Amino acid sequence: MQRLISMLLENEPGALARVAGLFSARGYNIESLSVAPTEDSTMSRLTLATSGDDAVIEQITKQLHKLVDVIKLVDLTDGPFVERELMLIKVRASDPWRNEVRHLTEIFRGRILDVAGGSFVIELTGARQKLDAFVDALDEKCILEVVRSGAMGVGRGDRSLRA
Amino acid sequence: MGAFLVPTLPAIISRTRFPLNGEGFRTVPAVDGRARCGYLAAPLAGADAGLAGRPATTGDCRTRSRPAGRTREVSQVELTGAEIVVRFLKDHGVRYIFGYPGGAVLHIYDALYKQKDVEHILVRHEQGATHMADGYARVTGRAGVVLVTSGPGATNAVTGIATAHMDSAPMVVITGQVPRHAIGSDAFQEVDCVGITRPCVKHNYLVKDAGSLARTLREAFYVAESGRPGPVVVDIPKDVTADRAWYEYPAEVALRSYNPVSRGHPNQIRQAADLIASARRPMIYTGGGVVLGDASEPLVELTRMLGYPITNTLMGLGAYPGTDPQFVGMLGMHGTYEANMAMHECDVLIAVGARFDDRVVGDPKKFCPHARIVHIDIDPSSISKTIQVDVPIVGPVRSILEDLLVAVRESNSRPDEAALGAWWKRIEGWRANDCLRYERGSELIKPQYVIEKLYEVTGGEAFVTSDVGQHQMWAAQFYPFDRPRRWVNSGGLGTMGFGLPAAMGVQFAYPDAPVACITGEGSIVMCIQELSCAKQYRLPVKVVNLNNRYLGMVRQWQEVMYENRESESYLDSLPDFVKLAESFGHVGMLVERPGDVEGALREAFALEDRLVFMDFITDQSENVYPMMMAGKGQTDMVLRELA
Repeated sequence: MQRLISMLLENEPGALARVAGLFSARGYNIESLSVAPTEDSTMSRLTLATSGDDAVIEQITKQLHKLVDVIKLVDLTDGPFVERELMLIKVRASDPWRNEVRHLTEIFRGRILDVAGGSFVIELTGARQKLDAFVDALDEKCILEVVRSGAMGVGRGDRSLRA
Repeated sequence: MGAFLVPTLPAIISRTRFPLNGEGFRTVPAVDGRARCGYLAAPLAGADAGLAGRPATTGDCRTRSRPAGRTREVSQVELTGAEIVVRFLKDHGVRYIFGYPGGAVLHIYDALYKQKDVEHILVRHEQGATHMADGYARVTGRAGVVLVTSGPGATNAVTGIATAHMDSAPMVVITGQVPRHAIGSDAFQEVDCVGITRPCVKHNYLVKDAGSLARTLREAFYVAESGRPGPVVVDIPKDVTADRAWYEYPAEVALRSYNPVSRGHPNQIRQAADLIASARRPMIYTGGGVVLGDASEPLVELTRMLGYPITNTLMGLGAYPGTDPQFVGMLGMHGTYEANMAMHECDVLIAVGARFDDRVVGDPKKFCPHARIVHIDIDPSSISKTIQVDVPIVGPVRSILEDLLVAVRESNSRPDEAALGAWWKRIEGWRANDCLRYERGSELIKPQYVIEKLYEVTGGEAFVTSDVGQHQMWAAQFYPFDRPRRWVNSGGLGTMGFGLPAAMGVQFAYPDAPVACITGEGSIVMCIQELSCAKQYRLPVKVVNLNNRYLGMVRQWQEVMYENRESESYLDSLPDFVKLAESFGHVGMLVERPGDVEGALREAFALEDRLVFMDFITDQSENVYPMMMAGKGQTDMVLRELA
C-alpha cells in the first residue's frame, strides 16, 4: 500500500543521509522524498512516499523514529490529509503537438511558464495521481524532461505535526 | 605549588551575561604577571571537587564564572579543544580511555600527557581498543571510551563499533579528523568517518567548533548509555582540538528528538499479567536486554514466584542463575533440547529484553506455533520485527518487571497448578535426554571437559569472555553463570578476535577478579597483538585456547551441509603458542592430555599476577550439539549420538 510519511528532522548535515541510509540498509523503498527547512530554521520537514505491507510500514516508522535526528513523525495515510506535488515538464511544442499540449495543460489546470521556439515548460501541481495522469495523457514522443518535487502532505484539521 | 596560581572563587570574575565568543574578559593575573590557569574552575556540582591541589598547566588560559539558575554559580574556563575533550572525560568520571595515537589526535594526546586523571591505555590495533572498551562497558554498564586517529585509525575501529552496535554495548568513540578546511579534499589519512560508521552506530557527530565539544560529548555519553545502549562516534577535526573555547561541564542534557521511554504502559502490564497467570504451558525467554537493563533481580523474583521454566539467549546468560533448576538452559541454534522443545510447545511466551534473533527463531513460520506472546523491550522497533506478538510492552525492562510483579500478585487469575505440574513433567522428560552429554574417558582432550574444569577451578566465579565459534558455544553450554555481566561475547556480529581484548577490558574494570578468555586457535590470532598491551598493563587474563587445528564451526557446517568438504577450514602452520606467549613476556602452557587439564588450570589461576596462555590440544572431530539447522524449525535439532 502507498504511504506518505512526514517528519520533522533536525536541520543538521547528515540527517537526510541517515534517513536515506536507513531505507537502503534495510531494503525499504523510497518512491519520492522532499525536504526543506521549516519556519524554525533548526528543523526540516521531510515527506517520504513509500510502500509496503502493514508490518513493513510499522518497522519503517519505528526505525525512523529511532534515528536521533528525527524529532517527530506521522504517517499521513493514517488519516485525512492533503497531498501536493509540483511538476515541471518540458515538452515539444512543434506540430502536431502544439495545440494538443496547450489543450491538455488547460484541462489539468497547468501553467505554461516558458515558450521557446520548439518547446514549452509547463508547471503542474496536484496529487501524485494527477501528475501521473497528465504524463500519461501526453504523447510519449513529445516529452523532453520531467522534473517532480516529490509528494508533500499535511494532515487535515486542527492536529499539527510540531516539535 | 608556589609556582602555580590557584585562584579562589573571589578571584574569578563574575558577570551576568557572556557573549559566546568570550571576548572582553580580563585574565586572572598570576604571580609572575602572566595569566595562567589550567584545570582551575570551581568545583562543579556532581563532579570531582579535588582540583585545588593540582598544578595548572602553563599557558594562556582564562576563567570566568556565571550564574546558573538562581542559586548556583558555575565557572567557565578557557581551554583548547583538546583540553576540553580530556577535561570533559575527567569531569564525566571516565577512568580509562583505550586508544592509539596518530596525526589528527596529537593535540588530544598532548592534553592527555599533561594530566593524570584519565588513564590512557595504549592498545596495539584500534580494533583491540574498541573491544577493550566494549568488554569494560559490558561488565560495568558504563560507556567504554575509545580514542583513535583519522583514516585507518577510524576504519580499524569500525569492526569493534559494529560489534558493540549489534550487542547494544554503550561506547563512545572519539575519532580524529583532518582539519576542517581539508575535509573533502582526499587529504592524508582522511575518511568520511561519520559516513562510514553511520549504519553501525546509535548516533554519530562531526564536531564543527570547539565551543560545541563539551555539549556534544555530553550528548554522546547520554545517547550511548540511555535507552537501548549503543556506540556513539564523535569525529573531531584536528584544528577544532587546537581552537580555544570556554568550557564548563554541561550538567544537563536535553535532546528534543531523543527521549527513551521511562515506564511501561500500565494497561499493557495488566494485560500481560492476566495472560501470564492464565498460562498452562508457560515459558520465559530472556535476552541481553535483561543484563543491559540491570533487571536480573526482578526477573529472578518473578520467575521464582511463578515457578515457570526459563531460558536465556546467548546474550542473556547469567540474568537468571544458570544452576537453578527452573533454568532449562540456553535456547536457539545450539541451545538445549529441553529449551527449544519447551519454546515450541508453550502456550504463553514471556519474552523479556530479547529480540527474536534468527539464531533463536529459525524459521519464523514454525516458531512457537501455540503461543500467545508477551514482549517486553525498551526498543519499540524490536517488537513485532520478525515475530508478531500479542502483548507488547515498551520501556525499561527493570521497571516493567517490577510493575509486572505487583500486577501478577494483584491479578485475579492464578496459574493452574495441575497444568503447570504436567508441563514440568514434560520438560523433565526432555531434560532426561541429557542433550549436552559427550564422550567421557576419551584419550583426547574434549573441549567441553576443559570448560567444565574451568568452571570447577574458578568456582563459577570468573568473568568469562569468548571469541566466536565452537568454543563460544561450549563456553555458553558448560559454564553456567549465576550472575549477570559475567559472560561477555560477540553474539550479534560474531566477531572473531573479540575475546582477548574484551577480557583485558574486563580486567581493567575488575583488576583483582579472575578473568578467562575462552578462545580457539583461529580467533585468538585475530587480535593476538594485544598480548603486548596486556604485558604493558600487567593484566593477568587467563587465555584458554581450545586448539583443534580447525576453524571448528566452519568445519562442523562443512561436515553437516557440504559432505565433509573441508574447504579452507584446516589451519596449517600454526604458531607455537607457548613460545608466542613467552615472547610477549607471558606464561605459556601446552596441555595435551585430559589428565593434565585441571592441574594446568589450577596452576594458571594460582599465578595471580601473570597472563597465562593455556594451549589445550583438543579432539579435532568434536562438534557442538544440539544443532538446530539454520532456517528450520525449533524442533529440527540434530542431537549427539553416543554409543
